[in-house]
Amino acid sequence: MNGEPKGKLALYWAASCGGCEIAVLAINERILDVDALFDIVFWPVAVDAKVHDVEKMADGSIDVCLFNGGIRTSEQEYMARLLRKKSKVLVAFGSCAHEGCIPGLANSTSRRRIFETVYHETPSTENTDHVEPQPSTAVPEGTLHLPVFYDTLRTLDQTVKVDYYLPGCPPEADRIWDAITAIVENNLPPPGSVIGAETTVCQECPRKRNEKKVKKFYRTWEIIPDEETCLLEQGLLCCGIATRAGCGARCPQVGSPCIGCYGPNEGIHDHGARMMAALASTIDSNDPEEIDRIIRDGIPDPVGSFYRFGLAASHLRRKKEAMIET
Amino acid sequence: MITSDETLRIGVYVCHCGSNIAGTVDVEALTKFAEGLPHVALARHYKYMCSDPGQELVKRDIVEFGLNRIVVAACSPNLHEATFRRAAEDAGLNRFLVQIANIREQVAWVTEDRQEALEKAESHLGAAVRRVARHVPLQRQFVRIVPRAMVVGGGIAGIQAALTLAEAGREVILVEREPSIGGHMAMFDKTFPTLDCAACILTPKMTAVKLHPNIKLLTYSTVESVEGSVGNFRIKVKRKPRYIDESLCVGCMQCIDGCAFTRAKFPNAFDQGLGLRKPVWIPFPQAVPPVPVVDPEVCLQIARGKCKQGCVEACGERNAFRFDQQERIEEYEVGAVVVATGFHAFDPSVISYYGYGKYPNVYTSLEVERLLNAGGPTSGKLVLRDGSTPKRVGIIHCVGSRDANYHAYCSRVCCMYALKLAHLVREKTEAEVYNCYIDIRAAGKGFEEFYNRVQNEGVQFVRGKVADITPAAGQGTSAEGGLVMKVDDTLLGSIREINVDMVILAVALEPQADANQVRRTFGISCSAEGFFLEKHPKLAPVNTANDGVLVAGACQGAKDIPDTVAQADAAAAKALALIDAGQIELEPNTAWIEEDICSGCKTCINLCPYQAIRADEERKIAVVDPALCKGCGTCVAACPSGAARQHLFGDEQISEELEGLMNYV
Repeated sequence: MNGEPKGKLALYWAASCGGCEIAVLAINERILDVDALFDIVFWPVAVDAKVHDVEKMADGSIDVCLFNGGIRTSEQEYMARLLRKKSKVLVAFGSCAHEGCIPGLANSTSRRRIFETVYHETPSTENTDHVEPQPSTAVPEGTLHLPVFYDTLRTLDQTVKVDYYLPGCPPEADRIWDAITAIVENNLPPPGSVIGAETTVCQECPRKRNEKKVKKFYRTWEIIPDEETCLLEQGLLCCGIATRAGCGARCPQVGSPCIGCYGPNEGIHDHGARMMAALASTIDSNDPEEIDRIIRDGIPDPVGSFYRFGLAASHLRRKKEAMIET
Repeated sequence: MITSDETLRIGVYVCHCGSNIAGTVDVEALTKFAEGLPHVALARHYKYMCSDPGQELVKRDIVEFGLNRIVVAACSPNLHEATFRRAAEDAGLNRFLVQIANIREQVAWVTEDRQEALEKAESHLGAAVRRVARHVPLQRQFVRIVPRAMVVGGGIAGIQAALTLAEAGREVILVEREPSIGGHMAMFDKTFPTLDCAACILTPKMTAVKLHPNIKLLTYSTVESVEGSVGNFRIKVKRKPRYIDESLCVGCMQCIDGCAFTRAKFPNAFDQGLGLRKPVWIPFPQAVPPVPVVDPEVCLQIARGKCKQGCVEACGERNAFRFDQQERIEEYEVGAVVVATGFHAFDPSVISYYGYGKYPNVYTSLEVERLLNAGGPTSGKLVLRDGSTPKRVGIIHCVGSRDANYHAYCSRVCCMYALKLAHLVREKTEAEVYNCYIDIRAAGKGFEEFYNRVQNEGVQFVRGKVADITPAAGQGTSAEGGLVMKVDDTLLGSIREINVDMVILAVALEPQADANQVRRTFGISCSAEGFFLEKHPKLAPVNTANDGVLVAGACQGAKDIPDTVAQADAAAAKALALIDAGQIELEPNTAWIEEDICSGCKTCINLCPYQAIRADEERKIAVVDPALCKGCGTCVAACPSGAARQHLFGDEQISEELEGLMNYV
């Protein structure tokens, strides 16, 4: 690659925790190779380029933009549209951009309820003036602007067209490197693809599997699983059966059930629905009351268990306004 | 292989079905609507699409206009999907590129408003057009049929079915759980209405079973599990230990004489407990096979390990005793199964006011059959428990039948066998006989004549339901056992109290106690009362919901011997038609595994109701056997990785169909 002009790389952080930013650094010294291959033209967490610098760039002048985070505010939407316009290849980087992730779980409530909780109800909050963030506020010095906080969190591809997806919360360093290599070597799958494996975590999991028959589900703190048998067969709600491989089955290998951060497998639209359909089939009872009890006692938070990462991208997308308690 | 959108040419045919569809759905407007749908090259409507000219229309258009997908909006695909698939194939189109929109059963017949019917038909048609665009050509697949049948149950139904199949030159495996075949019929003395001796007509058939080279007889055996499906069942049979080697025993019965117990002291179940047997015993003299069984619970050698073994000594150099025999499982492959597991006689002790089990001289009809039978415990003498001959006998009809508290249905045979018992009782004892009935149901060949005959023989008929049976304090002919039947004589219009010294309860026929388990084993359904359910009460009376499993005899519903034998022959003929076909076409909509995607999580393995999926441990994937898959889709819905797919039911095909349904409503 010596002698060729350097590519242009941008990275951006929208509605997410920031873990994806750190994950980029988890490729360790290979970050130097990235620097050798690309000019990093925009990366607010690490590089001193401003939004107006991006605005001035020619459309399509950025070769690759790794965009992490979902779209919760008007500012994030603006940045998504801007970076889409300026980039040749837009990658939804990590679970939040890919399928909404934890911020997307807030789609089970509303902006109103979120504001109530955050600005009024938490025990440590004292807000006697009932102040809440407003898109514009008049002060003697002029008008202040804040981004609009949307009622629903959207994934990146529900906002702009996305070329590739890199799943994971966060994506594993090796998978990030695989993606960078694929980009550099121009060895990418067809646009719209997830860059990663096309099978599920079980493929990478060394635990011994039998036919699945579950009589009782346990929370992780309730049992110490044996080290050899499939966790799901031991009653731990392991989502590995329905979750795309690529992580190396790190969690189940250390006795912690897969929580599904790599999202659904290739060709599957609704991760939670898949997981539920499979799980329903493994419950070892034909008695409706017993089945009810097994589910009620063992899975107290179905949305959090099955849609922890994928609610915003699922067929459900959000809870109906009318069903949200106010 | 997949035709790209640009080259799709869909032909749509709307059937009038006479006025069945056209009377409610505006077929012209529907055809116009179809013309406007994407990729539709032509749309027509016709009076009867299923007729020869209708099919010709499709064939001609395929050739002339180069159609490559066909949608027929007509009746249920259950009726004519095969017809149009064949027509398409005749014209050179893959038969699976045809889709039916059911606008008769699902629209015309269930919708009154014409406008609403048209809209509904449009959405069904739109869905079919969207779906068929995603169809891909599939290969028809065939699988070999095992040319062998199994008959389960060795009563008259099973015996008849087995003999018919064997005589047609097919191998038959006949499984019977008792030590001998013969079933209930072997217990009877005479049969109505002809009064043939039951044994005289049954035992030749039993012997024929034993001697037939095509029949493998497994008595004292039960079916443990059934795997596979039509044409290729794998059935595990549990063989209970007899403790006597069947192949060495010659049936001399000397072991029974030689047994350490000099007298019989254990109740013989075949005699309804009225007779006694030894630990080594045979249910009745003409048993087939004529091989005794040893009761391990009371045999001193087996239960206590200590006996002088007079039986073994009597057996002598034939040396057939095997006290170390163990239960074993044998596996058989068969193409078809006839289930003929019979009935259970209703236990009347639950009807407290008849006093069965409380008053010793209240008997069930089956007990009286044994008493009347020359091979029974009294050598055919009808006597009360104290040995005396009854002088006044009451016979109560409909015990457990036609009674909302027990069985609402009529057991069909009780009237006639109660008349037969009345005749036999009078013949043997000259006793006064009272038949208390609700209605006499004599709707069979020679039945009414038999009823007249028994009336003329002097049997008293009392039309009324017996309300109560009480002991007659010192009034009866036998001071100990005298009973009073209280009955509302509806013809006389008064309550009567009839003194008798014997009461016979004409008990109902009900499903076997383990019918539900048997039903599950064979994958068939049952009706509300628990009898096995035929596929169609009129047009498929011996088929079941599970292809290749047929039913015959009283396990399907109460019936008499002639009906049972006719049904057994019908089931045998159906089994024969199936296994003689040599091969069977597989369902096209089988499941398959996308091997690269499957992670071998094993979620699907034990979900398959047909045991068609196995885990390939080497490759760490699931594998579907298309010969066993019935296309139910359970694994496809459950597969968490999306590796399990199904022909004709791909995600794309289903979602296109749904979108079509939604778009045009």
